[in-house]
Amino acid sequence: MKARLVIEVNRKPYPVEVDPNTPLLYVLRNNLQLNGPKYGCGLEQCGACMVLLDGKATPSCLLPVGTIKKQSIVTLEGLTQPNGSLSPVQRAFVEQQAAQCGYCLNGMVISATALLAENKQPDDIAIRQGMERVLCRCGTQSRIIRAIRQAAKEANP
Amino acid sequence: MKETADSITQSRRNFLKTAGCLTIGFSFSCQPLSASEKPPWQDSLPGSLRQQPQINAWLEVLDDGRIRIFTGKLELGQGIRTAIAQVAAEELDMDLNKVEVHLAETGRTPHEGYTAGSGSIENSAMAVRYAAAAARQKLLELAANRWDKPADQLNVANGKVQQKTGAEQFTFAQLLNGKQLEDDVRLPVALKPKSDYRWVGKPIPRTDIERMARGEPVYVQDLRFPGMVHARVVRPLAQGAKLRSFDVAALKKTVPGVLKTVINGNFLGILATEEYEAVQSQLFAREQARWETAKPLPDEKKLAEYIKKIPAKTRTVKESGDLKTIQQQEGSLLKASYFKPYHMHGSIGPSCAVALYQENKLHIWTHSQGVYPLREALKEMLGLETDAIHVVGVPGSGCYGHNGADDVAADAALLAMAYPGKHVRLQWSRDDEHGWEPYGSAMRMEAEARLDRSGKITHWRYDLWTDSHSTRPGGEPGNLLVARSIEKPFSAPSGGYSGGGYRNSEPYYTIPNLKVDAHFFEGPLRVSALRSLGAYANVFAIESFMDELAEKAGKDPLEFRLAHLDDERAMAVVKKLQELTRSEKMAANEGIGFAFSRYKNVATYCAVAARVFVDTKTCTVQVRKMWSVIDAGEVINPDGLKNQTEGGMIQSASWTLKEQVTFGREHVSSRDWRSYPIFRFSDIPEVEVVIIDRPTEKPLGAGEAAQGPTAAALTNAIYRACGKRIRDLPINLEVRGETRE
Ligand code: FES
Ligand code: FES
Repeated sequence: MKARLVIEVNRKPYPVEVDPNTPLLYVLRNNLQLNGPKYGCGLEQCGACMVLLDGKATPSCLLPVGTIKKQSIVTLEGLTQPNGSLSPVQRAFVEQQAAQCGYCLNGMVISATALLAENKQPDDIAIRQGMERVLCRCGTQSRIIRAIRQAAKEANP
Repeated sequence: MKETADSITQSRRNFLKTAGCLTIGFSFSCQPLSASEKPPWQDSLPGSLRQQPQINAWLEVLDDGRIRIFTGKLELGQGIRTAIAQVAAEELDMDLNKVEVHLAETGRTPHEGYTAGSGSIENSAMAVRYAAAAARQKLLELAANRWDKPADQLNVANGKVQQKTGAEQFTFAQLLNGKQLEDDVRLPVALKPKSDYRWVGKPIPRTDIERMARGEPVYVQDLRFPGMVHARVVRPLAQGAKLRSFDVAALKKTVPGVLKTVINGNFLGILATEEYEAVQSQLFAREQARWETAKPLPDEKKLAEYIKKIPAKTRTVKESGDLKTIQQQEGSLLKASYFKPYHMHGSIGPSCAVALYQENKLHIWTHSQGVYPLREALKEMLGLETDAIHVVGVPGSGCYGHNGADDVAADAALLAMAYPGKHVRLQWSRDDEHGWEPYGSAMRMEAEARLDRSGKITHWRYDLWTDSHSTRPGGEPGNLLVARSIEKPFSAPSGGYSGGGYRNSEPYYTIPNLKVDAHFFEGPLRVSALRSLGAYANVFAIESFMDELAEKAGKDPLEFRLAHLDDERAMAVVKKLQELTRSEKMAANEGIGFAFSRYKNVATYCAVAARVFVDTKTCTVQVRKMWSVIDAGEVINPDGLKNQTEGGMIQSASWTLKEQVTFGREHVSSRDWRSYPIFRFSDIPEVEVVIIDRPTEKPLGAGEAAQGPTAAALTNAIYRACGKRIRDLPINLEVRGETRE
C-alpha cells in the first residue's frame, strides 16, 4: 500500500508517495531521479548504493524508506556545493582520475566522505577499513586510496 | 601460431568474434625497433577505414565550430572516448573540448564489430586519425580555392582556416556550406609530425570522470523515459530447465502493480509500474514457478580431471624442431600440470537494457560491446528486418569481455515487443548476473621441458584443454541466453572462436624443439570472452613453469628468461623490471616473483613482479606490492595506459588468489559476492607501473597485457616466500590445503 512520506534528501524535504517497504535506493533513483546511488547487488554486499544517513555511509538497497524518520539523507549529488564546485573528496577523485568504468564511484566517494568526517588523518589501515564494504571490479582501488590521501591532506594541510 | 595482424583482422571480419575488453591498444604484427619517423603501416589505410573510407563516416563538422567524431566502439572504462578525441583534435589542431565523440549506434556510427581484443585504438582511433588528417587536407584545399591562394599559405586552428598573412578566415562550417566531407580518405595522408603533438602522448584527464563524480547520468542504468515501465526476469533453477507451471493470477494478487507477465516457452518476464513491484514479483515468482530440471552438472571438485576427459577436438598450434629427442640422458627433464577454474566477469552493475517497440520499430539502449552484431542476432531471434531494429550503445558498468550485456538486451527486446508503446527498462539482479553470465572457461595446462647441461631449454611440449573463449552473438541468435529457452528455441552453435583458448600458448622464448597442442572441449558451464581469453591461463602456466625450470637450472629467474629471449623490446621490459626491484629486501615469509609475456605474442610487452607475504599460521597470502613494466608502442594517453595496467594487475590478482565459479549438481552456486568473493580494500597491494614509451612504433593492445604475467608472478612469489608451488588456482584454496582430487 502506498503512503505519503516526507524524506529529507540533500538538505531539502521531498514528499513521496510510495510503498513504505520500498528500499530507499529505488525511491532516490526513480522518484527523485537521482543517479548517484547505484544498484549493484541489492544485498548490502557491494556498496554501490551508498548514501550518507545522518553522515554515516549506509547502503540504501535494502533499507525500507518507511523506516527513515528524521534522518538526513545525502547522496553523491548533495556533496557538490550549491555553486557547483566539487567537494574535496569528489575533486580528489577527479584529479587522481580514480575511475575506470566508474560504476563504483558513488559508493567510493560517499564512503570516503564519511571516513574523513570521522577520521581527519586516516592511516593506510584506517582507509582500507573504512572502504572495505565497497567493491570495485576494475581494480581502481590503488588510485582511490591515493585520492583519499589527497583529500585528507588538502583538508588538513 | 602467432596471431598476426592479418589473421586477426580476417577472423574479426569473418566471424566478428574476438574478445577481451578493457583496452586502449593495438594488435599488429611484430615491428622491429626502428628509428624511422614514418609510420610503418602507411602503405594501406589503417583499421576500420578499410571498410568505411568516407571522411564523413567518421567526422562531422558542426555549425558551432565543433567537430563530432563517430566511433563504432563503446566506452567500457578504458577511456577510449578521450583517446579518440586526442587523435582527432591533434590532426585538426583543435582544442580538446571542441571535439565531441559519438559512441556506437546502428545507422549512425561505423560498423566496427566489437569493442574488444585490444582493437579500439588500432581500428577506431587510427581510422579517426587518418580521417581527421584527410579532412584537414580537404578543408585546406577548399579554402585555397576560395581565396585562390596556395594551401601552404594557410593555417588550420580551432575549427577555422585562416591566411598566414592576414586576418581573413573561414570556419569549417562556412567552407562546407551546410555539406559534409563525403570524399574517401586516400593515401598518402599527410599526418601531423609527432614532434608537433599537443595532445597525443599526454596524460589528458578523462572528462567523464567528473560527470561520474557529480552523479550525472552516464550509464544505461541511468536512462529514464516518460512512462517507462520496469521489468525483471525469472531464470530457471538449473541450466536447461523447463517451466512447468506459473500462477499468473497469484502473482497479480500478491503484487497488484504488475502490468503484464510474459511467458514465452521457458522464458518468464514480469513488467510493473514501479521498480520495487518488479523486484517483489521476481522474488515471488522465484518461489512460485515450478521447473523441471535437466541433465545434472559434473562434480565441481573434480573439474580439473573432468575437463581432460571430455571428448575434445585437437589442434596443433605450433610444431618446430624434433620433439622425439626429448627423452634422452643428457640434461634434465621437468613436467608440471596447471589448472584454472571458471572465472566470472562480475561487473559491479548487473546488466541492464531499455527497449521500446513502437510503430513496428524496435529501439534498444544497451551496453553491448557490439551494437551491429547484436542487431543481427536479434533480427534472427525476433524475425524482424534489419531496418526495424535500432541499437544505441550506452556505457554500462565495466564488463571485461562478454558479460550479460547482450543477453539482457535480448530479454528486454522480447518484453518490449510483448508490451508495445512503452519504454521497458530491464535490470538483471545480482543473482541473474552471477548465475547466468557466460564465464571465462576453466582450463588445464600440461608442460614438459628438457634443459641441457648449460641450463638452456632444448625441448618444450605443451598441451592445453579449453572450452570456447567467444560465444558473442555475432548474428547467431543461439548465442543469446534467452533465444535458447523461447517457444521456438535456437540452439547454441558449438565451437565458438576456439582461437582464444590457445592465445599465448606458444612461449615467446627461443626454444629449438617445440610442440604446442590445444584440445577443445565443450564443458558444463556457459562460457565466453573474459579479458585476455586463454592468455591468462597459458601465461600463468608457461611463466610458472619457466620459474620451475630456472630453479632446476640453478639460474636467477629473470636472467633465465633473458637468456631465452631474442627480442630487444622484450628484453628491455625484463631488464627494467630487474632494475626496479633489485634493491627490494624481503622480510621473513616474504617472497618476490616475476613473469613476462608479450600479449598475443604480437602486441604489448609486459613484465610483472609481485611481492607477497605468506602467513603460514593462518595460511593466508597478502600481496604487498606489484610492479609492471609495459611497452605498448606509441602511447596515446600514458595515464589511461597506467590506469588500465594498474587495474589489470589488481583484477588478475583477485582472480588468481580468490576466484572460482562453484556449482552444484543443478546450477552455479556462486550467486552473490559472498559465494564468489573478489578483492576488497584489505586485499589491495601497492601497484607501480612503468611505461617504456616508443613514440615511433605502432600503438599496441594494452588493456589485457598484465592479466597473465600477474598470475604467475604471484605464484612464483609464494614459492619464494614459503616453498609451496601453487599449480592449481585459486591460490587461497591451495594455500589452505583444500586441494582438488
Ligand atoms: S547495491 Fe546495495 S550494497 Fe550492493
Ligand atoms: S571503476 Fe569500474 S567498478 Fe570501480
